[in-house]
Amino acid sequence: MASSQRNPRGFPAPPLFIGLAGLGAAFFLLPLAGLLVRTPWGSAWQLLTSPEALTALRLSLLASLSATAIALIVGVPLAWIFARIAFPGRAVLRALTVLPMVLPPVVGGVALLAAFGRRGLVGTWLEQAFGIHIPFTTAGAILAESFVAMPFLVITVEAGLRGMDLRFEDAARTLGARRWTVLWRVTLPLVRPSLVAGAVLCWARALGEFGATITFAGNFPGRTQTMPLAVYLALETNPDAAIVLSLVLLAVSLAVLIGLRDRWLGAS
Amino acid sequence: MKARVLGAVAAALLLAGCGGTSEPGSPPSSGPSGSITVFAASSLTAAFGRIGADFQKTFPGTMIHFAFAGSSTLVAQIQQGAIGDVLASADQPNMQKLVNAGLTSGSPSIFARNKLQIVVPAGNPKHVTGLADLGRAGLVVVLCASAVPCGHYATEALQKAGVTVKPASEETDVKAVLAKVALGEADAGIVYVTDVKAAGAQVQGVDIPASLNVVADYPIVVLKDSQNIALAKVFIGYLHAKGQETLARYGFLPA
Repeated sequence: MASSQRNPRGFPAPPLFIGLAGLGAAFFLLPLAGLLVRTPWGSAWQLLTSPEALTALRLSLLASLSATAIALIVGVPLAWIFARIAFPGRAVLRALTVLPMVLPPVVGGVALLAAFGRRGLVGTWLEQAFGIHIPFTTAGAILAESFVAMPFLVITVEAGLRGMDLRFEDAARTLGARRWTVLWRVTLPLVRPSLVAGAVLCWARALGEFGATITFAGNFPGRTQTMPLAVYLALETNPDAAIVLSLVLLAVSLAVLIGLRDRWLGAS
Repeated sequence: MKARVLGAVAAALLLAGCGGTSEPGSPPSSGPSGSITVFAASSLTAAFGRIGADFQKTFPGTMIHFAFAGSSTLVAQIQQGAIGDVLASADQPNMQKLVNAGLTSGSPSIFARNKLQIVVPAGNPKHVTGLADLGRAGLVVVLCASAVPCGHYATEALQKAGVTVKPASEETDVKAVLAKVALGEADAGIVYVTDVKAAGAQVQGVDIPASLNVVADYPIVVLKDSQNIALAKVFIGYLHAKGQETLARYGFLPA
């Protein structure tokens, strides 16, 4: 803490400037403190293990892990293409794939309806050809979470691939390894830190998804009512439960942050 | 608070400006002035929009701001400290929550009633003829969540009809149910008669017979923390008198 007063690389900051930084810090800390103060610790466990909360927890885990799996299966190849292959329109395609990171999630939900809804571009065909109906199903919730969360994995893995030393792959090829072998035994192990960080970020974002889910998948306990939706609805009927559920999501986010501290906070 | 003060100042300046330029000789108006925020149930969106515009024309210099959402959302927001002047709820239980919490000024009065109707996409592709059809397997039905008035009214009607419905989704307000049907994502939903009327050509209504229907009472009240009780009362008075005509036009039943 004392080191914050001493700036090893520059001029001493004016006190007002330090004060503004304090204000900024308080702005982040106060809501967390508020949540902790309002938490009904006595009944927290009971609220958390209520059937409604457990249903939402279970569904959230299932949906966010599935979304992460989908992101790994199609997102890693996408990241590889972006990092390694130059083709016309790459910059545009790349921008469009990471768009959901800055797109309001509700807009994402509306867009998903326009694509996979019953009268959507693909949805009409899915329904007629296979009788598949995605909105209002857990698959819909997973799709919404994947849409919003996958970009986090793609850009993290892409950065890892770009920073990788290509000579290892060349050596493997020279020694006669097949393409899949190089990918599986050389490339992916070398970018493992990025893979792990990307997957964790993607999972955390999927876990917190609200707007696209409620718009595209609706809200039904056990089917599409994930934790954030449960928090939103509980706030109207049972605020204590909403606070306890919020605390769980906060703890998960904090754990993610601590887990990725080397990447985000800089190794100390 | 600051925004409110700024708003009041702006309104005052506007008023002063108007008085000074257009009617230099007229005495200062003794009518209501300033602005109020009215929290209103989603089902009131269209009717209140019209009534608000009419009110502002009748009482120049006033400004009615509306915030529409599910009644339960509004009550939760007010309990968490949302600043406003009037609440119009689509049911009594949510209103009662606020009365019990001591957040109202005076007692609520009923200003309108509403009935339920089944909403289906235009053309009624799944041939829904009544509540009994909603239990049909394979029919995608969306309802309001049970905390929202339209949700518990729908449950009541379905119970009367002895129908068990497995909804595909429990939406957070009545307009969300309507949207899912209008988009064609759902085959049917239960909303208010007024919503179907306001929604236009994308949807149509299927009547629920009076014996199975539920009449929704809409209470309205001035909030305890209102900064402009005078105007809030004038607005409620207007709703009970002149506003009734407009409400009827949007399909509401008289109080």
